[in-house]
Amino acid sequence: MNACETHDRAAWRDRTGNRLPEAAGVGFKFQHTENVFSTPGQVGWMEVHPETYMVEGGPRLRILDGLAEVYPISLHGVALSLAGETPPDLDHLKRMKALVDRVDPAQISEHLAWSDHGGVYFADLLPVRLTRATLERVVQNVERIQDYLGRRILVENPSNYLVLPGAEMTETELLIRLAERTGCGLLIDVNNIYISETNVGDRDVGDAQERGRRYLDLLPGELIGEIHLAGHSVDPAEGRDLLIDDHGAPVADPVWGLFEHLIARIGPRPSLIEWDNNIPEWTTLAGEVAHADEVLRRHRFAGPSVEAAQ
Amino acid sequence: MTTQAPGSFEGDMARAVLSADRTAAPGWMDAESAFRFRVYRNNLRHGLAGLLADAFPVVRRLVGAEFFEAAAAVFVERHPPEDRMLAAFGGGFPEFLDSFEPARSVPYLGDVARLERARIEALHAADAAPLDPVSVSALGERVVSARFVPHPACRLLRSPHPVLSIWQANVRAEAASSAFRGEPEAVLITRPVLEVHVVALSEADAAFADALLQGHSADEANGIAVALDPCFEPMRAFRTLLDSGAFRGLQNASTFQTKSKQGSGS
Repeated sequence: MNACETHDRAAWRDRTGNRLPEAAGVGFKFQHTENVFSTPGQVGWMEVHPETYMVEGGPRLRILDGLAEVYPISLHGVALSLAGETPPDLDHLKRMKALVDRVDPAQISEHLAWSDHGGVYFADLLPVRLTRATLERVVQNVERIQDYLGRRILVENPSNYLVLPGAEMTETELLIRLAERTGCGLLIDVNNIYISETNVGDRDVGDAQERGRRYLDLLPGELIGEIHLAGHSVDPAEGRDLLIDDHGAPVADPVWGLFEHLIARIGPRPSLIEWDNNIPEWTTLAGEVAHADEVLRRHRFAGPSVEAAQ
Repeated sequence: MTTQAPGSFEGDMARAVLSADRTAAPGWMDAESAFRFRVYRNNLRHGLAGLLADAFPVVRRLVGAEFFEAAAAVFVERHPPEDRMLAAFGGGFPEFLDSFEPARSVPYLGDVARLERARIEALHAADAAPLDPVSVSALGERVVSARFVPHPACRLLRSPHPVLSIWQANVRAEAASSAFRGEPEAVLITRPVLEVHVVALSEADAAFADALLQGHSADEANGIAVALDPCFEPMRAFRTLLDSGAFRGLQNASTFQTKSKQGSGS
């Protein structure tokens, strides 16, 4: 029983060699440089966008080196264009590898999205069609990246604003197949799920939170290596029918609810508080981190280990 | 600008997301999705305009937020990023402002943008220890024929406008200020360690610095500067450059010859 329990609890870590703690972390912002070094015990780990540190020298790299000395680091890429029609840019991969070698990250992740086309980089996460062709493309790109970096990665579910035609599978099916084919893990952004279910979910099935719970329940826990939590805003034109993933507000109550629903089932995971706009004082971030940690602690013994012990 | 394969879903979305037409959406989208496609257009513009606002705060202050956002939107449409390293985005913004018709009444705007851009380039340039003054003293008399290697973070801006005065008056001011006499100014931008420094140079000092940074010998650079100002003081000017961290090292004769050959074609 004990051997089985250990195996089950370790499965999500083994999948990608995840070394992030089962605690809350934050997306690092330069505004908080002093705070993160003066109060190192408040937050379990730090996530950074590698693209921000793709510079030749100067203070940014110095700060990154300092962070990596104090915190486990997650490199969360936004520009590898996993679902792009062309393979990931080799120069970009090289720069990514240089950062991986520099900070030895505890985890690496990217998005189910595309962001370049015809030589233009869109600096945004553009939507993918849920087709077999997309799956093949993403499988190939994830394999290329994993081979190049010598590491497995996590792939994050998108925020959806519209439905692209020609779907041949659901988003969860695509993500699960991708993980099965490439050995990658999943980064589940609970805010993105709530946004997508609000914006384009099936109105005949409960409310957005109910649909969100159903989405989460379809995901095998051992595939999930990290969770993202962030705030959203309401579209000025459409109001509450269209939520925008702006990472510029506190985590909304229904999103906390979905987070707890997931953790109660699969057990604690590294969980990130993400702000990219209207960046608040450190104390606000630390408060959300404490909230997430409290949920993680409450379900410390949830998940497969307990099922197995019973 | 782009070479999308016709009929590709991504190509259609790529064209629409960059289009100046605010209602642009791929033709195969249903009406509701086409309306919502604006979210991607807005995200892209908002994100990139935000990067420009962060990179050019003094330009933004000089023209006002509304004007700046309009200029940024046109720039993003005409010059979308080709590079995933967004720290480099906005390299063409000063030139864009030079030729941006609505900004004609602010002739110094492009040079203020160049100064802001040079500070960012200096910030992110490769790290290197500046040339040690001791190794220069050790040259003795031979210093007149010495040639120097520019520090990777060193930039020089020579402007027909009082660019540094305008920048300094606006970088921390509450309200935009642009009441300056129209005297030309030159600025040396360096980052010897972690902090970026800006130093005002006289016209002759700037000509001297320019010549040294381009690989001319101290003697040649002195000749260029004296032609502009008979009272030019080479030792004082050189000391300013050395103390600011403008150089990384000394060239030896052979590397200089290689460099000057490469340079002659440009």
